[in-house]
Amino acid sequence: MNRKMVFYMFGRIGQIVGALLLLPAIVAVIYGEHTQLWSFIATAALAIAAGTVIAACCRTKNKVIYAKEGFAIVSLAWICMSAVGALPFYISGEIGSYIDALFETVSGFTTTGASILRDIEAMSKSMLFWRSFTHWVGGMGVLVFVMAIVSNMTDRSIHIMRAEMPGPVVGKLLPRGRDTAKILYLIYIAMTLVQIVLLSLGDMDLFESIVHTFGTAGTGGFSVKSASIGAYSDYSQIVIGVFMLLFGVNFNLYFLLLIGRFKTVLKSTELWAYLAIAASGVAVITLNILPQYSDFGSALKDSFFQTSSIMTTTGYSTANFDLWPSLSKGVLLILMCIGSCAGSTAGGLKVSRVVLLFKLVLGEIKRMLHPRAVTSVKFEGKAVDKHTLNSVLIYFAVYVFCVVTAFLAVSFEPFSFDTNFSAVLATFNNIGPGLGGVGPYGSFADYSGFSKLVFSLAMLMGRLEIFPLIIALSPTTWRKSR
Amino acid sequence: MKIIIVGCGKIGTSIIESLVGEGSDVVAVDSSPAVIEEIGNIYDVMCVCGNGADTETLLEAGVSKCDLFVAVTNSDELNMLACFVAERMGAKHTIARIRKPEYNDKSLDFLSKQLGLTVSINPEWMAAKELYNILKLPAAVNIENFSGGNLEMVELRLKQESILDGLSLIELRKKYNAKFLVCAVQRGDEVYIPDGNFVLKSGDRIGITAQTSEIQKLLRMLNLMQNSAKSVMILGASRVAYYLAKRLINSGNHVVVIDKNEQVCEEFAAQLPEAVVICGDGSEQELLLEEGLGTTDAFVALSGMDELNILISIFAQSQNVPKVISKVNRAQLASLADNLGLDCIVSPKKTVSDVLSRYARAIKNSQGSNSIETLYRLMDGGVEAIEFNVSKEFKGIKTPLKDLALKPNTLIAGIIRGRKSIIPGGMDEILAGDRVVVIVAGQQLIDLDDILR
Repeated sequence: MNRKMVFYMFGRIGQIVGALLLLPAIVAVIYGEHTQLWSFIATAALAIAAGTVIAACCRTKNKVIYAKEGFAIVSLAWICMSAVGALPFYISGEIGSYIDALFETVSGFTTTGASILRDIEAMSKSMLFWRSFTHWVGGMGVLVFVMAIVSNMTDRSIHIMRAEMPGPVVGKLLPRGRDTAKILYLIYIAMTLVQIVLLSLGDMDLFESIVHTFGTAGTGGFSVKSASIGAYSDYSQIVIGVFMLLFGVNFNLYFLLLIGRFKTVLKSTELWAYLAIAASGVAVITLNILPQYSDFGSALKDSFFQTSSIMTTTGYSTANFDLWPSLSKGVLLILMCIGSCAGSTAGGLKVSRVVLLFKLVLGEIKRMLHPRAVTSVKFEGKAVDKHTLNSVLIYFAVYVFCVVTAFLAVSFEPFSFDTNFSAVLATFNNIGPGLGGVGPYGSFADYSGFSKLVFSLAMLMGRLEIFPLIIALSPTTWRKSR
Repeated sequence: MKIIIVGCGKIGTSIIESLVGEGSDVVAVDSSPAVIEEIGNIYDVMCVCGNGADTETLLEAGVSKCDLFVAVTNSDELNMLACFVAERMGAKHTIARIRKPEYNDKSLDFLSKQLGLTVSINPEWMAAKELYNILKLPAAVNIENFSGGNLEMVELRLKQESILDGLSLIELRKKYNAKFLVCAVQRGDEVYIPDGNFVLKSGDRIGITAQTSEIQKLLRMLNLMQNSAKSVMILGASRVAYYLAKRLINSGNHVVVIDKNEQVCEEFAAQLPEAVVICGDGSEQELLLEEGLGTTDAFVALSGMDELNILISIFAQSQNVPKVISKVNRAQLASLADNLGLDCIVSPKKTVSDVLSRYARAIKNSQGSNSIETLYRLMDGGVEAIEFNVSKEFKGIKTPLKDLALKPNTLIAGIIRGRKSIIPGGMDEILAGDRVVVIVAGQQLIDLDDILR
């Protein structure tokens, strides 16, 4: 274990997080929020100072890292980033307890969007900005950001990318890890800017446009209104609905579009599967909720928005889907687990994994009928190797195991089954709102501190795809190298 | 600068390592998923899994925009085909490894032309050439030639209690009145580009540039002269062994080749009837002694296994064979062998990556005026010796060298003017049309102007 390199990277991340905290400080200056301003500046100073000291102490010539260092760097960074990011909420007194502040920040960075706030409108603008900004940063990944701006970090940045980027297989777009990180962020920033412009043309002011775009881009779902996107016009709802779907697409495809490889994009199995699942979700829900609506148009609009929001694991809402019929709620719960494409900012199992699992099941059935049949699973036009398939299966098993454990851990709470179960799914898959007590108009505030910590861990596990955290928490990883 | 490397074996990996180190954008292509995953784990490159001659694979690797395409798979035929396809798809320069002796005769020119190859490389042949040069001058641990063949760079190891121990370079020059220049010194892990006050110590590995005739004179004065090897024993009937034995036999030496594989031995004997080919286990010391290890002038270990080469070389050294050379491909093992007292190690891998670095930089420098003629990495890669063609545009032209403001850790080690080579002093000048040998540590030179502040 190259501990020095792990802590060096960790120090650099501290500096970056400190620098990022200066953005909401600027917002605080604009809106004249003095208490908030000082809480941001104090936290930023602390993070930058601590980061600089750690990075200076752990500067090392040996920049060689392996997979386990990648996992350790990423998990450590995410845990501490959340711990530091929660400080402004706590210091300024806007969120009374530190555990609540931590829950809120983890929910932000992991792009979950689950909130413990009861009265969102009472929060100051700069805090709301920071809350949504964590979505944006966490969406594409903090370490990918660090990779894009720090030169000569390490030749083996692929291990860090792999640990932070979601999906069964992480590939590079360009030969250099740093260039890949840059291009991903450029695409991300460009799409974000387009959405901000489109939203500010509607009935949102600039602040609301920016904040809601952050929530969409990171597929997070923090809003500045208690009624979420339901408080805005149809135009804004449709723009956000479409952009959520766009941010749920694998970013590699956007890169391929940029370099003119349209055919490859059109042939993408995952993209078509993603769109097909979304379309069938919209169709079923529209027909199911039609009796509750006066006209077909508004039913279609709400079901489209909600499907897009849940499937991309964003968690914005335009309607209280908790009041919808059971079939619709069931479909939404399934969509929560499926999630979006690998390589996007969304959470969940990822469509590519679901497609592979489905193909594996078909292959196994075929093998039962023809015991000597040789089956090969193909994806995106290529045969998938046994190793990847195996890791998909194992990921699924671990995923189920973790969900069940988390569900057991929160079952002590005096809430209904669907509240607890949907809360676990909504946090583990980084969606945000669930059903019942944690529905679109509910909040996680009533859960105990212990449960909030369990949810925070579930959110981190969901975002980092479980294994990095397990590996970073196992003692053998940290065995000292001589 | 975008480079595609097809085939990630030993040679491919070392090319990737040196090119990534130079800051090029490298795409690695290999047909084995396991190999390609490992490459992606270690180097900052893009990995594409597939057949290097398949247009789909090449398209995915971005062949139409690549500046240099290198095919170094196991198969000569695949390399040629891959380069041909790549060239047609828009690769600007293509390099193929072609190592079968039957392609490396008169047909090579024809093939290269038809396939549109920029150049073909034959690592085994290059390694054999290097080995041959060392066997001609056994005192050296390494010899590199610059163009024209008149100026040489020789690496020597100062043995314990060397008469040079404690001498500074100025004193050395005064004591031995020969035209040479000590241009690089390796001591432990550090590499120095020395000035006149630098003091030599036993155990140093020093690099000297001088004219070929002066080197003989110098070695004689230093009592380092060893006669060139007349009888050579080679372990392993590999391709390198074939090329080396052929050269040695052509210049009238006695060659014994030992290999375990009967079929390989028979083929070797058929191709080179003048060589004594022994079919037997070269790791059996008894066999080596029986075949005259005790009386041979030089022992060269060229088997496919680095470990065997190292062990048998140590044994040969213990039998007081005057010159022992071992082929070691893996860099970590090479430094281990060095610690074990084997100072003469040859690696075909390194030779090839030097050649490719030269091509890559020459392409980068296509706008520049002073083109690179040859490039060698010396002292385990710590120092580079680069030969530039000087054009009229060079900024330091017609200026006495003592007035040129050179960057630190650069040294002008030789000037080749027509057929004459000059070991430069402060009053010498560089003229247009010269070729200049520059020694540099810790930086990457693309143009001769880069040596000036």
